[in-house]
Amino acid sequence: MRDSGIVKGSKASFWQRAGSQRQLIIMSVPFVIYILIFKYGPLGGWIMAFQDYRPALPMFRQPLVGFKHFIWLFTNDQFYIVLRNTIVMAVLNIGFGTIASITLALLLNEIKVKAFKRTVQTISYLPHFLSWVIVVSLLNNILHVEGVLNNVTMSLGLREEPRLFLQEPRLAWPIVTLTTIWKNVGWGSIIYLAAIAGIDPQLYEAATMDGCRRMQKMRYVTLPGMKPTIVILLIMNIGRTLTAAGFELQLLIENGIIRRYTETLEIFALHYGLHIRQYSLGAASGIFTTFVSIALLLGANKIADVLGEESLM
Amino acid sequence: MAKGFLKRTAGDYVFETVNFVLMIFLLVVTLYPILNTVVYSFNDGLDAMRSPLYLWPRVFTWGNYQKILGQETIYRAAFVSVARTIVSTVFGVLFTAMLAYTLSRKEYMFRRSITFIFVFTMYVNAGLIPTYFLMRGLGLVNNFMIYIWPLLIHPFHLIVVRTYMKSIPESLVESARIDGSSEYRIFAQIMFPLCKPVIATIALFIAVWAWNSWYDTFIYAPGAQHLSTLQYELKKLITTANPSAGSSVAILTQPERITPRSLKATITVVTALPIVLVYPFLQRYFVAGLNVGSVKG
Repeated sequence: MRDSGIVKGSKASFWQRAGSQRQLIIMSVPFVIYILIFKYGPLGGWIMAFQDYRPALPMFRQPLVGFKHFIWLFTNDQFYIVLRNTIVMAVLNIGFGTIASITLALLLNEIKVKAFKRTVQTISYLPHFLSWVIVVSLLNNILHVEGVLNNVTMSLGLREEPRLFLQEPRLAWPIVTLTTIWKNVGWGSIIYLAAIAGIDPQLYEAATMDGCRRMQKMRYVTLPGMKPTIVILLIMNIGRTLTAAGFELQLLIENGIIRRYTETLEIFALHYGLHIRQYSLGAASGIFTTFVSIALLLGANKIADVLGEESLM
Repeated sequence: MAKGFLKRTAGDYVFETVNFVLMIFLLVVTLYPILNTVVYSFNDGLDAMRSPLYLWPRVFTWGNYQKILGQETIYRAAFVSVARTIVSTVFGVLFTAMLAYTLSRKEYMFRRSITFIFVFTMYVNAGLIPTYFLMRGLGLVNNFMIYIWPLLIHPFHLIVVRTYMKSIPESLVESARIDGSSEYRIFAQIMFPLCKPVIATIALFIAVWAWNSWYDTFIYAPGAQHLSTLQYELKKLITTANPSAGSSVAILTQPERITPRSLKATITVVTALPIVLVYPFLQRYFVAGLNVGSVKG
């Protein structure tokens, strides 16, 4: 421990240091004020979830009602349907998305013609940069009653009648998953390609000497080499269980027929909060999402620690 | 090394052929939906209703584009989209770089606490409703600045730029300091120019993000026509199942040979075009940018 004299000295030097660093302080503190207002300010609004918020009164003079809105949520069937949709679509997106990206990275890695490899990569990243509005517009065009998909299936004799793909509840989840993969598979493969690039080339040489063919090298060298990355990303995705479903796609394709399957927590908060003006309920479901996400993230970090992988945060 | 190890077997040829076919399939699946929409945007609307189009317009026309680009609504929306993208990018880049500079100075006493304050916001999200009330309290509902303020500094961009700045030799900053340069001058005349690659990366990220946004218009300015963007105009078209009289679809399609479908296709192409045009520049930078970001520390 330091003796008190030095502590006093360091106290004095706090102001001295602040003085000598005043230019750095001037360059950074306005942005701290900015982030406190815009990102921490809304946290104060969490109190709404414990009130019966009515817009007529100021926020801190609203009547407190305790956990009423949370109890309403947890006893409401609608909320469980929304929670189910959110989790199912997240798991489908993460699961199939991960498989697709890993497969693409493995296949790209086997392309020996550099120019072709670069072309495939460049084009496969493109959809990531298109907005969800554009993607849904492209999707609507392909799935149109008189669109390509209907015409091809009908002229092949697979179906007699055109289908309204976006009005079939059974197809809602597959369409969401496939569209999300279409948008993100290329982008998602980047990190796995980086993992492959980090594998020691000597391992491949040794495998060749041992007589391994291409598939065996993929199986016994490349995949094990990617394992740490795959594990870390899967664990990190646990923290995204309530957000990985996304909401923009669902909001843009939703209609009365498939809403029961496409409504996610964000859309639920939007619907109750801004459209029916049950502000407190909307805020409560937002708090639920944030707290569960943080708990899952911390849990995932713990799992990573236990497994001896590099900690995430 | 024995030659046998290097010889390609029949299995290799099969694998390479299958792989090639799979990659071509991926390219087709990625590009065809885009191509098909482009085809509809260049085809006469009424003709397109007769039978489907696949790879090429049947009755080629510039009519859809002429109609749309002559519309005041689309004009104004394009102007707002461009304005919000430019303003967000200029201020976002400048402020992110300035803050990142202070956080890259090892001697700066608030370096750790400020970094923490920013990174923490990546994990804790207040949610839609409280955020909406704050924005309303700040007078940002139906206000152009709602497009600028919330996106000003993203913690991920901040970390990326800070990491890059840390890799620049300390001696450059030290010698400027000995010459009596102020921190502002070191930032503006030494650091900022040296960081051009990473600045370009985040500039493109911010620009794409701003251009692609539609949810903020939907939440904070749904009824304000003067704040509508191209993305939001397209959003309104694709979520309106039955365009009623008086909506923009009805007005735009009325006397011409234009259908809602060809109209949507055309606006989609117009809205996506800037992204597709900057994409070649974009993809040169983003992989490098991601690599920088992954070297945390």
